[in-house]
Amino acid sequence: MDFLISSFTDALRLIGSFSPDVVDAVRTSLSVSAGATVFAALFGIPVGLAVGLTDSRWKGFAVTALNTLMAVPTVVVGLLVYGFLSRQGPLGTLGLLFTPTAIVIGGTLLASPIVANYTLASVRGADPRILPTALTLGAGPFRAAATLVGEIRFGVFAAVIAGFGRVVAEVGVAMMLGGNIRGYTRTMTTAIALETSKGEFSFGMALGIVLMSVALIVNLFLSLLQRR
Amino acid sequence: MNQLTRNRCIAVLFVLLGLAALPARAEERLRMSTTTSTENSGLLSVLLPPFEKKYACKVDVVAVGTGKALKLGEAGDVDVVFVHARALEDKFVASGFGVNRRDVMYNDFVLVGPPDDPAGVGETRSAPEAFRAISSKGSPFISRGDESGTHQKEKEIWASAGIVPKGAWYVEAGQGMGEVLTMATQKRGYALADRGTYIAFRKKTDLVVLRQGDKNLWNPYGIIAVNPRKHPHVKNDLAMKLVDFVTGPEGRSIITGFKVDGEPLFFVSGEGEKH
Repeated sequence: MDFLISSFTDALRLIGSFSPDVVDAVRTSLSVSAGATVFAALFGIPVGLAVGLTDSRWKGFAVTALNTLMAVPTVVVGLLVYGFLSRQGPLGTLGLLFTPTAIVIGGTLLASPIVANYTLASVRGADPRILPTALTLGAGPFRAAATLVGEIRFGVFAAVIAGFGRVVAEVGVAMMLGGNIRGYTRTMTTAIALETSKGEFSFGMALGIVLMSVALIVNLFLSLLQRR
Repeated sequence: MNQLTRNRCIAVLFVLLGLAALPARAEERLRMSTTTSTENSGLLSVLLPPFEKKYACKVDVVAVGTGKALKLGEAGDVDVVFVHARALEDKFVASGFGVNRRDVMYNDFVLVGPPDDPAGVGETRSAPEAFRAISSKGSPFISRGDESGTHQKEKEIWASAGIVPKGAWYVEAGQGMGEVLTMATQKRGYALADRGTYIAFRKKTDLVVLRQGDKNLWNPYGIIAVNPRKHPHVKNDLAMKLVDFVTGPEGRSIITGFKVDGEPLFFVSGEGEKH
């Protein structure tokens, strides 16, 4: 217990000292997660809407597929993208492996199914009359879909936040695709993994606290914007 | 603020944050794969900044096991590799993946274990004999199990001891040196470690050095530029500048002057031939 308490106090002291390494890791984490969340929203929301609104017999299959994709381990996504981005892979000439962009790509793949699934769930929970009403009132299909999204915005919002949460918290993709390069692709989670491997328990703990605080601040800020 | 502006605000915020992740830095980046021992010991954070300053570039360090570090070189995903596993390095060069291998420095491996030394390793006369003592006693032995330079060395010693390590006592961690030392501390087991990581870890473990100084525990580090004829995209010019810097007078004096807890961790090749 003493060990935990002393690590915890060390952690708080480290946070107070604002080391540039911590600041860099926070910045990288936030920017790659935000980037991945934007793309995941761009893919995930339309997919969720489309699956939620179709009535074809493939719907059950699509839902199962989305559910399965949510459970794909981060290292598997990392491995797959690695295969594409390595110099030996089909996209190797782009030289993207071990860059923040690579983490964004992996993060997008991780977060998209979550965004799609949450969107799908809120489409299912929405009043089924919204879409027909909008169409009857003379809206085109896109306008009608926009109206629906407006009505279920809290669900869609939750979808985006959940996607962000998955990306900012994961370590597999960031480690494999980013390579944990100091000051460049080192995120909060890979930094925690590294510090733990070096036996720097307090430093890892400090970063863990920072990670949670940052997630808290982001969520508070977003819900403030949402509520006003 | 109405709903639409608010949503736009959120969207713009995310996009702006995301843009920061795009490759936007102008300075040249050199990519180097290396072993966890050079990175975790803190050597690279004193060795690289003077180089980066001199050539106005940035060295991206990907720290993995030696096996993986060389694989990254084979694939052309890095420009230069800085590792310790002589046999593998020679193979890497012979297969045409690397050019201009140079000796940089060395340290040595130590066999560490719990202070009460249940297998009596302290009384053995050589590393293979020590390994035999551990296996016949069935004391926990934590192996890196990750094809790193340290793991290669460990396998060599098992082979010369004539033992195929197997059983509940032989723990293949599949992790870095630091994790393995932590695991050995927790399980009261033995482990082969590079001296640098062990010294850096000494405050966090009660493991003690039980076997050291054998000739076959010598641990040389080499730096190799990835062959530009195999991978035309690699930054060979800058890679060679790094090789020259690290093996030149500046690099040598930084390596010699690098100390943890007042103890030097690495010795420049060609001096202090006590091993």
